[in-house]
Amino acid sequence: MFKFLGTPPPLPRWAEVLLLPLINLFVAFLACALVIAAIGEKPVEVLWTLFQGPFLFPGNMGYTLYYTTNFIFTGLAVAVAFHAKMFNIGGEGQATLGGLGVGLLVMALGGSLPMILMVPLIVLSSAAFGAAWALVPGYLQAYRGSHIVITTIMFNFIAAAIMVSLLSGPMMQPGQMSPQTAPFPGNAILYKTHDVLHWLGIGKVAESPMNLSFFIAILALIGVWLLIWRTRLGYQIRAVGHNPEAAHYAGINVPRVVMLTMAISGALAGMMALNEVAGAQQRVILNFSGNYGFVGIAVALIGRNHPIGIFLASLLFGALYQGGTEIDFNYQSITREMVVLIQGLIILFSGALYYMFNPWLARLLYLVLPRKSSPEGAVS
Amino acid sequence: MNDLAFQLLLALDASIRLAAPLMLCAMAGIFSERSGIVDISLEGKLLASAFVAAAVTAATGSVWVGLGAAMLSSMMLSVVHGFATITHRGDQVVSGLAINMLATGFTIVVGHAVFARGGQTPALTDNQRFGPITLPFADQLNAVPVLGPIYKELLSGHSLLVYMALIAVPMTAFVLYRSRFGLRLRAVGEVPEAVDTAGISVFWLRYRALMFGGLLCGIAGAYLSTASGAGFVREMSAGKGYIALAAVIFGNWQPFRALGACFMFGFLEAMTARLEGVDFPVVGVLPTQLMQALPYLLTVLLLAGFIGRPTPPAAIGQPYVK
Repeated sequence: MFKFLGTPPPLPRWAEVLLLPLINLFVAFLACALVIAAIGEKPVEVLWTLFQGPFLFPGNMGYTLYYTTNFIFTGLAVAVAFHAKMFNIGGEGQATLGGLGVGLLVMALGGSLPMILMVPLIVLSSAAFGAAWALVPGYLQAYRGSHIVITTIMFNFIAAAIMVSLLSGPMMQPGQMSPQTAPFPGNAILYKTHDVLHWLGIGKVAESPMNLSFFIAILALIGVWLLIWRTRLGYQIRAVGHNPEAAHYAGINVPRVVMLTMAISGALAGMMALNEVAGAQQRVILNFSGNYGFVGIAVALIGRNHPIGIFLASLLFGALYQGGTEIDFNYQSITREMVVLIQGLIILFSGALYYMFNPWLARLLYLVLPRKSSPEGAVS
Repeated sequence: MNDLAFQLLLALDASIRLAAPLMLCAMAGIFSERSGIVDISLEGKLLASAFVAAAVTAATGSVWVGLGAAMLSSMMLSVVHGFATITHRGDQVVSGLAINMLATGFTIVVGHAVFARGGQTPALTDNQRFGPITLPFADQLNAVPVLGPIYKELLSGHSLLVYMALIAVPMTAFVLYRSRFGLRLRAVGEVPEAVDTAGISVFWLRYRALMFGGLLCGIAGAYLSTASGAGFVREMSAGKGYIALAAVIFGNWQPFRALGACFMFGFLEAMTARLEGVDFPVVGVLPTQLMQALPYLLTVLLLAGFIGRPTPPAAIGQPYVK
């Protein structure tokens, strides 16, 4: 009984996996509601619009899944690195480089190859460029001792600079003044889902930028699950994450695992370009990475680095993004950047303040839940 | 005085103006990081305080009230950072990132709701800004060869906040190396256990270090929107907080060396603007976008040990468990 005052009792697993994240999410939205109230709107009404936005109109679901695709890729990228206790905040730059890879490949090959060859090449190119951009910070962390967080932040800015100078120079569409490439030829794109469904004869679906990369994202989810929990490398990644010294002692080549992890993480972030560049825009435009790389951190935090969690968190964020445009539409005084505020609050409460409610929740559950009487009597 | 030297003088003058917010943020970063707390939230604090300074100045008409509010708001964000990382031992990078996102979202949402100008604040008039200050005798001494123009163009004619930035550096050095608080601050970033054993609160020391940093970031924010600019524009900080962080690392967590890095980055930025589109005899037009990435590239090279070897505070990034 006196456990209540001292060290809190351990939290049941279901509460830690399910209840605590939900409480943290709830508090984040509560804080957002306060901001909305301070602005002078009705919080419940605005948040309701935000949540029903994705489902209200035909086509909105497609938009939601389109945003979801980005979050799956960047969330997975952060999660894979997290498993090795590394913090890849370079998703932004890796996605940018992935887009560059797609753009360069399409500009080099043009319409010369059939689609059946071109699409796999595009996928490979985005992953390879993203992986390469993450491999350098990985190498510097593994062999030169520079910290991955700082290096990846700096690499984001360097990637952005490279992209601007290429898009306003050699890669710019001839005769145009805006920093973007020429539209991709028809064999070098990922088809929009509504087109595919139409051809398959499944009836007319409302138009949206959702495209086939959504299904690549689903494959990536499964792939990451297999990688982390069903392969030797995944075991090594988790071992390095738990204790690098012990992993080294067990014969794991830690620097090699660090570099491989970063490469996989970067490849996933780079593949975000499939959705934006090859699927939605069908050309390389400036800033297509649109902070999805950063939000991937929130996705991984809420999804607790597990593919199922990441899928659900991506859906949540995809819905929020789509809801943000509805808010733009319906309210004079609130802009869609409300969503950025919510993301910040979610990262704060689900990430940095993750354990704030842990002891209190544990104490509460300890008092409320029926306890199995231990054979030796009271152990408390 | 030949023309080239005068041009160089003007470029150096621009460097000081561009380096001023970097200096303030870098000193803030030094306070925080020397106490053992990673601070990537410099960017968010800079942005938030730039907004608050412009908004409060526009509302009250007094730039001083704006400055005070900016410092207060930035300090509050520092306290949030401390609450998450010191009290609740949360991840310092995650917390910093959260604050940066909060600042981006908050400034746009509130700015839009209050001023209805798409996230901008109303333009400030000249007496609602920190205008240039002419140092005494600047015009009279202009006739003195070499030193006169240097005094007039380079040292005189900046806003008060630039001089505050220039004072902040020796002040930070003094506090760090010559005060009891500074001694303890450095100790808490290296071996917090020792500080704790001596009966000094690790938590409270780190909170104070963060709050000091918040104050300095607040001045930098006010500089952006009420001295260098005349109002707040969305995403106004544009990565300056991260460049300041790079300067902290570049300066090996020491105030005067960080000042040098800030000057270098400021000078690079000033030259980038000047050299845009200039056709050079051999190399042709310089890719200015790539030059803007130079501070980041140099920092990566430095961190990798290709240009010297940085020695970060030993206890940085680790939450203290009593």
